[in-house]
Amino acid sequence: MSDPRLDFSNWLAGTLLSHAIQATGWVIPTLQTMHIVGVGLLFTSAVLVDLRVLRLLQREIRLEAVVHRFLPVIWPLLIFLLVTGSLLIVAEPRRSLLNATFLLKMTLLALAIVLTVVLQSLIASSQTAQGSDRARIVRGQVVASASLLVWCGIIFAGRWIAYTQVG
Amino acid sequence: MTQSLHALIAFFEDSGLADRIRENEYLFPLIESVHVLAICLVVGSILAVDLRLLGVAYIREPVSRVTKGILPLTWCAFSVALFSGSLLFISNATKYLANGYFDTKILLIGAAGLNMAVFQSIGAKNMSRWDNAAVPPPTARLAGGLSIMLWIAVVACGRWIGFTMEAL
Repeated sequence: MSDPRLDFSNWLAGTLLSHAIQATGWVIPTLQTMHIVGVGLLFTSAVLVDLRVLRLLQREIRLEAVVHRFLPVIWPLLIFLLVTGSLLIVAEPRRSLLNATFLLKMTLLALAIVLTVVLQSLIASSQTAQGSDRARIVRGQVVASASLLVWCGIIFAGRWIAYTQVG
Repeated sequence: MTQSLHALIAFFEDSGLADRIRENEYLFPLIESVHVLAICLVVGSILAVDLRLLGVAYIREPVSRVTKGILPLTWCAFSVALFSGSLLFISNATKYLANGYFDTKILLIGAAGLNMAVFQSIGAKNMSRWDNAAVPPPTARLAGGLSIMLWIAVVACGRWIGFTMEAL
């Protein structure tokens, strides 16, 4: 019986692009370096927003100002990471596509995106509402805490891909 | 001097702690993950400040405000990276020292620190005059640009260590 994931990985590994990336030794570490620097910028932005919502950092600056400074940049960075990440998959498809840790990382990523959207809309709606709504603040802090944990999980899973390769 | 340094490194490499990191299946990847997480915050937060110094990002905010808000995170993450990195280092000190990219990485971190110290003591002296400027003066931009290049090179060296030490 053929496993579609294995078939796809094998097909991808046989493409011209995959061969081209693998043929030059420095391309994969260079892509990984770009990916890590991108993760650094995205993760830092998300952490700064989350820590401000939790009132642990930049308390003297208005929440909206911090969010405006660091949240929107998450989306273009995410696209940059999808590009570098996709190229790394094309280079070594079996390393990631057949790897449970990689699937965990992608699941956590989907969750992180949802949490970021929720946080963004919570903060946007708090600007129009009057007074300080205790329940809304708590909700924001729960989402920010979850976001922190999920981003950390993504980075852990990312490193762990190297340790859970099959074959 | 070098001899006593080697003795000190050997002492740590032969310790029970280093032994445990080497032998335990999960300890090395776990510490390594913490190290990567901390490095992401160090590099990400420093690059954010550098981009402000270059006049590329957060240009409507005073430089001092961007810096003050971010640097506590940088230092916190740097101490975690230093501690976790030291644990990884002692588990295989001899191999890391023979690797070449490790020495380079440490030198580059030193250079990045020096760049920051020089900027703090010279370039940032008259910061009050250009704090609100969208594009800071050339000295500040030079420090920011150098810092970005040095830290990207640090990450690259870290990655190259992994590729040249596969046979641990």
